Amino acid sequence: MTPLIDLAVTVTLSCYVAAMALAFVRLLRGPAAQDRVLALDFIYINGMLVVLVLGIRFGSSMYFESALLIALFGFVSSAALAKFLLRGEVIE
Amino acid sequence: MTAGTTVAEVAVALLLVAGGVLSLASAIGLLRMRTFFMRMHPPAIANTFAVWCTALAMIVYFAVFQDRLALYVWLIPIFLSITAPVTTALLARAALFRERQRGGDAPPPPGDVPVSR
Amino acid sequence: MKRLFPAPLLSASLFVMWIALQGSLAAGDLVLAAFLAMAIPIACAPLRPLPVRIRRPGVLVRLVLVVGSDVFRSNLQVAAGVLRSPWRAPRGAFVRVPLDITDPNALAALCAITTVIPGTVWTELSEGHGLLLHVFDLHDEVAFIANFKQRYEKPLQEIFE
Repeated sequence: MTPLIDLAVTVTLSCYVAAMALAFVRLLRGPAAQDRVLALDFIYINGMLVVLVLGIRFGSSMYFESALLIALFGFVSSAALAKFLLRGEVIE
Repeated sequence: MTAGTTVAEVAVALLLVAGGVLSLASAIGLLRMRTFFMRMHPPAIANTFAVWCTALAMIVYFAVFQDRLALYVWLIPIFLSITAPVTTALLARAALFRERQRGGDAPPPPGDVPVSR
Repeated sequence: MKRLFPAPLLSASLFVMWIALQGSLAAGDLVLAAFLAMAIPIACAPLRPLPVRIRRPGVLVRLVLVVGSDVFRSNLQVAAGVLRSPWRAPRGAFVRVPLDITDPNALAALCAITTVIPGTVWTELSEGHGLLLHVFDLHDEVAFIANFKQRYEKPLQEIFE
Protein backbone atom coordinates (compact mmCIF):
# COMPACT_ATOMS: atom_id res chain seq x y z
CA MET A 1 0.00 0.00 0.00
CA THR A 2 1.72 3.13 -1.23
CA PRO A 3 0.67 6.60 -0.02
CA LEU A 4 -0.67 7.57 -3.45
CA ILE A 5 -2.94 4.54 -3.70
CA ASP A 6 -4.00 5.05 -0.10
CA LEU A 7 -5.04 8.61 -0.94
CA ALA A 8 -6.82 7.48 -4.13
CA VAL A 9 -8.70 4.81 -2.18
CA THR A 10 -9.83 7.39 0.38
CA VAL A 11 -11.02 9.81 -2.31
CA THR A 12 -12.78 7.05 -4.23
CA LEU A 13 -14.53 5.67 -1.17
CA SER A 14 -15.81 9.13 -0.24
CA CYS A 15 -17.11 9.56 -3.81
CA TYR A 16 -19.00 6.26 -3.60
CA VAL A 17 -20.41 7.07 -0.18
CA ALA A 18 -21.58 10.49 -1.39
CA ALA A 19 -23.13 8.83 -4.46
CA MET A 20 -24.95 6.35 -2.23
CA ALA A 21 -26.22 9.19 -0.03
CA LEU A 22 -27.59 11.06 -3.06
CA ALA A 23 -29.24 7.89 -4.34
CA PHE A 24 -30.73 7.38 -0.88
CA VAL A 25 -32.35 10.82 -1.13
CA ARG A 26 -33.89 9.69 -4.43
CA LEU A 27 -34.98 6.45 -2.76
CA LEU A 28 -36.82 8.35 -0.04
CA ARG A 29 -38.24 11.00 -2.33
CA GLY A 30 -39.61 8.73 -5.04
CA PRO A 31 -41.92 9.99 -6.48
CA ALA A 32 -42.95 6.78 -8.26
CA ALA A 33 -42.16 3.23 -7.24
CA GLN A 34 -39.90 2.75 -10.28
CA ASP A 35 -37.69 5.61 -9.07
CA ARG A 36 -37.17 3.78 -5.81
CA VAL A 37 -36.26 0.54 -7.58
CA LEU A 38 -33.78 2.42 -9.78
CA ALA A 39 -32.20 4.09 -6.74
CA LEU A 40 -31.96 0.76 -4.89
CA ASP A 41 -30.25 -0.84 -7.88
CA PHE A 42 -27.79 2.05 -8.02
CA ILE A 43 -27.04 1.70 -4.30
CA TYR A 44 -26.39 -2.01 -4.81
CA ILE A 45 -23.89 -1.33 -7.60
CA ASN A 46 -22.12 1.29 -5.52
CA GLY A 47 -21.94 -1.03 -2.53
CA MET A 48 -20.33 -3.62 -4.77
CA LEU A 49 -17.82 -1.04 -5.99
CA VAL A 50 -17.00 -0.09 -2.38
CA VAL A 51 -16.26 -3.75 -1.63
CA LEU A 52 -14.01 -3.99 -4.71
CA VAL A 53 -12.09 -0.87 -3.68
CA LEU A 54 -11.69 -2.28 -0.17
CA GLY A 55 -10.26 -5.41 -1.84
CA ILE A 56 -7.52 -3.20 -3.31
CA ARG A 57 -7.05 -1.40 0.01
CA PHE A 58 -6.47 -4.61 1.96
CA GLY A 59 -4.85 -6.48 -0.91
CA SER A 60 -7.09 -9.49 -0.58
CA SER A 61 -9.03 -11.33 -3.27
CA MET A 62 -11.65 -12.50 -0.79
CA TYR A 63 -13.45 -9.22 -1.39
CA PHE A 64 -13.93 -10.18 -5.02
CA GLU A 65 -16.20 -13.04 -4.04
CA SER A 66 -18.40 -10.90 -1.82
CA ALA A 67 -18.59 -8.30 -4.59
CA LEU A 68 -19.78 -11.01 -6.97
CA LEU A 69 -22.40 -12.08 -4.42
CA ILE A 70 -23.62 -8.50 -3.97
CA ALA A 71 -23.92 -8.11 -7.75
CA LEU A 72 -25.90 -11.37 -7.89
CA PHE A 73 -28.30 -10.40 -5.11
CA GLY A 74 -28.73 -6.91 -6.55
CA PHE A 75 -29.65 -8.36 -9.91
CA VAL A 76 -32.17 -10.81 -8.48
CA SER A 77 -33.84 -8.25 -6.22
CA SER A 78 -34.03 -5.52 -8.87
CA ALA A 79 -35.37 -7.93 -11.47
CA ALA A 80 -37.99 -9.24 -9.03
CA LEU A 81 -39.06 -5.72 -8.05
CA ALA A 82 -39.29 -4.61 -11.68
CA LYS A 83 -41.32 -7.70 -12.49
CA PHE A 84 -43.59 -6.93 -9.59
CA LEU A 85 -44.15 -3.38 -10.88
CA LEU A 86 -44.93 -4.73 -14.32
CA ARG A 87 -47.56 -7.26 -13.36
CA GLY A 88 -48.23 -7.03 -9.65
CA GLU A 89 -46.77 -10.48 -9.10
CA VAL A 90 -43.26 -11.91 -9.19
CA ILE A 91 -43.86 -15.50 -10.25
CA GLU A 92 -46.86 -16.30 -12.34
CA MET B 1 10.55 1.32 -6.25
CA THR B 2 11.21 1.17 -9.97
CA ALA B 3 9.79 3.38 -12.72
CA GLY B 4 7.41 0.60 -13.77
CA THR B 5 5.75 0.33 -10.38
CA THR B 6 5.44 4.12 -10.19
CA VAL B 7 3.58 4.15 -13.51
CA ALA B 8 1.36 1.30 -12.31
CA GLU B 9 0.72 3.14 -9.05
CA VAL B 10 -0.38 6.29 -10.85
CA ALA B 11 -2.53 4.24 -13.25
CA VAL B 12 -4.28 2.42 -10.39
CA ALA B 13 -4.92 5.69 -8.55
CA LEU B 14 -6.27 7.40 -11.69
CA LEU B 15 -8.55 4.49 -12.57
CA LEU B 16 -9.99 4.37 -9.05
CA VAL B 17 -10.61 8.10 -8.86
CA ALA B 18 -12.11 8.20 -12.38
CA GLY B 19 -14.60 5.51 -11.43
CA GLY B 20 -15.51 7.29 -8.20
CA VAL B 21 -15.94 10.71 -9.78
CA LEU B 22 -18.09 9.41 -12.64
CA SER B 23 -20.21 7.43 -10.21
CA LEU B 24 -20.76 10.58 -8.18
CA ALA B 25 -21.74 12.44 -11.37
CA SER B 26 -24.26 9.73 -12.18
CA ALA B 27 -25.70 9.97 -8.66
CA ILE B 28 -26.14 13.70 -9.17
CA GLY B 29 -27.93 12.92 -12.41
CA LEU B 30 -30.13 10.35 -10.68
CA LEU B 31 -31.13 13.02 -8.18
CA ARG B 32 -31.50 15.98 -10.50
CA MET B 33 -33.03 14.79 -13.78
CA ARG B 34 -36.70 15.70 -14.04
CA THR B 35 -38.50 12.73 -15.59
CA PHE B 36 -38.12 9.06 -14.80
CA PHE B 37 -36.80 8.12 -18.24
CA MET B 38 -34.11 10.79 -17.96
CA ARG B 39 -33.17 9.33 -14.59
CA MET B 40 -32.69 5.90 -16.15
CA HIS B 41 -29.59 7.02 -18.07
CA PRO B 42 -27.08 8.11 -15.39
CA PRO B 43 -27.00 4.86 -13.33
CA ALA B 44 -25.73 3.05 -16.42
CA ILE B 45 -22.46 4.95 -15.92
CA ALA B 46 -21.88 3.23 -12.59
CA ASN B 47 -22.87 -0.07 -14.18
CA THR B 48 -20.31 0.19 -16.96
CA PHE B 49 -17.52 2.72 -16.62
CA ALA B 50 -17.05 2.69 -12.85
CA VAL B 51 -17.07 -1.11 -12.70
CA TRP B 52 -14.65 -1.42 -15.63
CA CYS B 53 -12.26 1.10 -14.11
CA THR B 54 -12.32 -0.54 -10.68
CA ALA B 55 -11.86 -4.04 -12.09
CA LEU B 56 -8.97 -2.87 -14.26
CA ALA B 57 -7.38 -1.11 -11.27
CA MET B 58 -7.70 -4.31 -9.23
CA ILE B 59 -6.08 -6.42 -11.96
CA VAL B 60 -3.19 -3.96 -12.39
CA TYR B 61 -2.73 -3.65 -8.63
CA PHE B 62 -2.60 -7.39 -8.00
CA ALA B 63 -0.37 -7.99 -11.02
CA VAL B 64 2.20 -5.34 -10.08
CA PHE B 65 2.18 -5.30 -6.29
CA GLN B 66 1.31 -8.89 -5.43
CA ASP B 67 2.67 -10.71 -8.51
CA ARG B 68 -0.46 -12.61 -9.38
CA LEU B 69 -2.60 -12.35 -12.44
CA ALA B 70 -6.13 -11.85 -11.08
CA LEU B 71 -7.91 -11.97 -14.45
CA TYR B 72 -10.98 -13.46 -12.79
CA VAL B 73 -11.87 -9.96 -11.55
CA TRP B 74 -12.96 -9.29 -15.12
CA LEU B 75 -15.86 -11.71 -14.52
CA ILE B 76 -17.72 -8.95 -12.64
CA PRO B 77 -17.94 -6.56 -15.63
CA ILE B 78 -18.91 -9.48 -17.88
CA PHE B 79 -21.55 -10.62 -15.41
CA LEU B 80 -22.92 -7.11 -15.00
CA SER B 81 -23.08 -6.54 -18.75
CA ILE B 82 -25.33 -9.62 -18.94
CA THR B 83 -27.55 -8.81 -15.96
CA ALA B 84 -27.87 -5.02 -16.18
CA PRO B 85 -29.82 -5.07 -19.49
CA VAL B 86 -32.34 -7.49 -17.98
CA THR B 87 -33.18 -5.26 -15.01
CA THR B 88 -33.05 -2.05 -17.06
CA ALA B 89 -35.31 -3.35 -19.81
CA LEU B 90 -37.79 -4.81 -17.30
CA LEU B 91 -37.84 -1.58 -15.32
CA ALA B 92 -38.29 0.51 -18.48
CA ARG B 93 -41.23 -1.64 -19.56
CA ALA B 94 -42.79 -1.42 -16.11
CA ALA B 95 -42.34 2.36 -16.06
CA LEU B 96 -43.82 2.74 -19.54
CA PHE B 97 -46.81 0.61 -18.57
CA ARG B 98 -47.40 2.56 -15.37
CA GLU B 99 -46.93 5.98 -17.00
CA ARG B 100 -49.46 5.08 -19.70
CA GLN B 101 -51.94 3.92 -17.09
CA ARG B 102 -51.44 7.12 -15.17
CA GLY B 103 -51.56 9.28 -18.27
CA GLY B 104 -48.04 10.57 -17.66
CA ASP B 105 -45.40 11.57 -20.17
CA ALA B 106 -45.00 8.42 -22.21
CA PRO B 107 -45.60 7.87 -25.91
CA PRO B 108 -48.87 6.09 -26.63
CA PRO B 109 -48.76 2.42 -27.57
CA PRO B 110 -48.21 1.82 -31.29
CA GLY B 111 -51.22 1.09 -33.46
CA ASP B 112 -54.77 2.18 -32.90
CA VAL B 113 -55.79 -0.60 -30.55
CA PRO B 114 -54.82 0.30 -26.97
CA VAL B 115 -52.95 -2.41 -25.07
CA SER B 116 -55.23 -4.32 -22.75
CA ARG B 117 -53.95 -6.40 -19.90
CA MET C 1 -20.57 -35.07 -29.60
CA LYS C 2 -23.68 -33.14 -30.52
CA ARG C 3 -25.69 -35.05 -27.89
CA LEU C 4 -23.05 -34.53 -25.24
CA PHE C 5 -22.71 -30.79 -25.87
CA PRO C 6 -26.02 -29.40 -27.11
CA ALA C 7 -24.73 -25.84 -26.62
CA PRO C 8 -20.98 -25.81 -27.26
CA LEU C 9 -20.59 -22.07 -26.73
CA LEU C 10 -22.32 -22.20 -23.35
CA SER C 11 -20.25 -25.23 -22.33
CA ALA C 12 -17.00 -23.53 -23.31
CA SER C 13 -17.80 -20.33 -21.42
CA LEU C 14 -18.90 -22.27 -18.32
CA PHE C 15 -15.63 -24.22 -18.40
CA VAL C 16 -13.52 -21.06 -18.70
CA MET C 17 -15.54 -19.30 -16.00
CA TRP C 18 -15.13 -22.14 -13.52
CA ILE C 19 -11.37 -22.35 -14.10
CA ALA C 20 -11.10 -18.57 -13.73
CA LEU C 21 -13.07 -18.59 -10.48
CA GLN C 22 -10.99 -21.39 -9.01
CA GLY C 23 -7.76 -19.84 -10.23
CA SER C 24 -5.99 -23.15 -10.62
CA LEU C 25 -5.40 -25.78 -13.29
CA ALA C 26 -5.34 -28.76 -10.93
CA ALA C 27 -6.77 -32.03 -12.23
CA GLY C 28 -9.73 -31.91 -9.83
CA ASP C 29 -10.75 -28.45 -10.97
CA LEU C 30 -10.51 -29.47 -14.63
CA VAL C 31 -12.72 -32.52 -14.00
CA LEU C 32 -15.28 -30.46 -12.08
CA ALA C 33 -15.27 -27.75 -14.75
CA ALA C 34 -15.81 -30.37 -17.47
CA PHE C 35 -18.64 -31.92 -15.47
CA LEU C 36 -20.35 -28.53 -15.02
CA ALA C 37 -19.86 -27.67 -18.69
CA MET C 38 -21.68 -30.90 -19.55
CA ALA C 39 -24.35 -30.86 -16.83
CA ILE C 40 -25.56 -27.25 -16.91
CA PRO C 41 -26.62 -27.15 -20.60
CA ILE C 42 -28.51 -30.42 -20.05
CA ALA C 43 -30.14 -29.01 -16.91
CA CYS C 44 -31.07 -25.86 -18.85
CA ALA C 45 -32.55 -27.80 -21.80
CA PRO C 46 -36.13 -27.70 -20.40
CA LEU C 47 -35.96 -23.89 -20.68
CA ARG C 48 -35.67 -24.44 -24.46
CA PRO C 49 -33.02 -21.83 -25.24
CA LEU C 50 -32.74 -20.99 -28.92
CA PRO C 51 -29.57 -22.38 -30.42
CA VAL C 52 -27.06 -19.63 -31.13
CA ARG C 53 -25.10 -19.74 -34.34
CA ILE C 54 -22.41 -17.15 -34.84
CA ARG C 55 -21.67 -16.84 -38.51
CA ARG C 56 -19.04 -14.13 -38.61
CA PRO C 57 -16.75 -14.16 -35.54
CA GLY C 58 -14.66 -11.35 -37.05
CA VAL C 59 -17.67 -9.06 -37.23
CA LEU C 60 -18.55 -10.00 -33.66
CA VAL C 61 -15.11 -8.97 -32.38
CA ARG C 62 -15.34 -5.68 -34.25
CA LEU C 63 -18.84 -5.05 -32.88
CA VAL C 64 -17.64 -5.64 -29.31
CA LEU C 65 -14.85 -3.10 -29.83
CA VAL C 66 -17.23 -0.56 -31.40
CA VAL C 67 -19.70 -0.96 -28.53
CA GLY C 68 -16.91 -0.69 -25.96
CA SER C 69 -15.68 2.60 -27.42
CA ASP C 70 -19.27 3.89 -27.72
CA VAL C 71 -19.93 3.05 -24.07
CA PHE C 72 -16.82 5.00 -23.11
CA ARG C 73 -17.81 8.04 -25.19
CA SER C 74 -21.45 7.93 -24.12
CA ASN C 75 -20.40 7.73 -20.45
CA LEU C 76 -18.47 10.96 -20.73
CA GLN C 77 -21.28 12.62 -22.70
CA VAL C 78 -23.96 11.64 -20.17
CA ALA C 79 -21.80 12.70 -17.22
CA ALA C 80 -21.07 16.05 -18.92
CA GLY C 81 -24.75 16.42 -19.77
CA VAL C 82 -25.68 15.86 -16.14
CA LEU C 83 -23.11 18.31 -14.82
CA ARG C 84 -24.08 21.14 -17.15
CA SER C 85 -27.82 20.49 -16.94
CA PRO C 86 -28.53 23.66 -14.89
CA TRP C 87 -27.38 25.74 -17.85
CA ARG C 88 -28.38 23.56 -20.77
CA ALA C 89 -30.90 20.81 -20.13
CA PRO C 90 -30.28 17.65 -22.16
CA ARG C 91 -32.98 17.05 -24.74
CA GLY C 92 -34.27 13.66 -23.73
CA ALA C 93 -36.68 12.16 -26.24
CA PHE C 94 -38.31 8.95 -27.31
CA VAL C 95 -37.30 7.65 -30.73
CA ARG C 96 -39.03 4.95 -32.69
CA VAL C 97 -36.48 2.98 -34.72
CA PRO C 98 -37.78 0.67 -37.45
CA LEU C 99 -35.93 -2.64 -37.18
CA ASP C 100 -35.04 -5.14 -39.87
CA ILE C 101 -33.72 -7.94 -37.67
CA THR C 102 -36.12 -10.57 -36.43
CA ASP C 103 -33.84 -13.22 -34.92
CA PRO C 104 -34.53 -13.38 -31.14
CA ASN C 105 -30.86 -13.80 -30.28
CA ALA C 106 -29.93 -10.76 -32.36
CA LEU C 107 -32.71 -8.74 -30.69
CA ALA C 108 -31.46 -9.81 -27.25
CA ALA C 109 -27.96 -8.70 -28.20
CA LEU C 110 -29.33 -5.38 -29.46
CA CYS C 111 -31.19 -4.94 -26.16
CA ALA C 112 -27.98 -5.54 -24.24
CA ILE C 113 -26.11 -3.04 -26.44
CA THR C 114 -28.67 -0.26 -26.06
CA THR C 115 -28.98 -0.61 -22.30
CA VAL C 116 -25.24 -0.91 -21.69
CA ILE C 117 -24.68 2.38 -23.53
CA PRO C 118 -25.69 5.06 -21.00
CA GLY C 119 -27.10 7.43 -23.60
CA THR C 120 -29.88 5.09 -24.74
CA VAL C 121 -32.44 2.91 -22.96
CA TRP C 122 -34.41 0.12 -24.61
CA THR C 123 -38.04 0.77 -23.72
CA GLU C 124 -40.40 -1.23 -25.85
CA LEU C 125 -40.33 -3.54 -28.84
CA SER C 126 -43.56 -4.16 -30.64
CA GLU C 127 -44.08 -6.23 -33.72
CA GLY C 128 -44.56 -4.15 -36.82
CA HIS C 129 -43.85 -0.85 -35.08
CA GLY C 130 -40.16 -1.13 -34.43
CA LEU C 131 -38.30 -0.34 -31.30
CA LEU C 132 -39.02 2.47 -28.87
CA LEU C 133 -35.81 3.95 -27.45
CA HIS C 134 -35.29 6.72 -24.96
CA VAL C 135 -32.29 8.88 -25.82
CA PHE C 136 -30.58 11.08 -23.23
CA ASP C 137 -29.59 13.93 -25.51
CA LEU C 138 -31.09 13.87 -28.99
CA HIS C 139 -29.88 16.33 -31.62
CA ASP C 140 -31.04 14.95 -34.94
CA GLU C 141 -33.56 12.12 -34.99
CA VAL C 142 -32.99 11.07 -38.62
CA ALA C 143 -29.21 10.99 -38.22
CA PHE C 144 -29.53 9.10 -34.94
CA ILE C 145 -31.70 6.38 -36.50
CA ALA C 146 -29.38 6.02 -39.51
CA ASN C 147 -26.32 5.84 -37.27
CA PHE C 148 -28.00 3.33 -34.94
CA LYS C 149 -28.96 1.01 -37.78
CA GLN C 150 -25.58 1.27 -39.46
CA ARG C 151 -23.53 0.83 -36.30
CA TYR C 152 -25.36 -1.92 -34.42
CA GLU C 153 -28.14 -3.44 -36.47
CA LYS C 154 -26.16 -4.26 -39.60
CA PRO C 155 -23.33 -6.13 -37.83
CA LEU C 156 -25.90 -8.07 -35.77
CA GLN C 157 -27.68 -9.00 -38.96
CA GLU C 158 -24.42 -10.28 -40.41
CA ILE C 159 -23.59 -12.25 -37.27
CA PHE C 160 -26.89 -13.93 -36.52
CA GLU C 161 -28.89 -14.13 -39.75
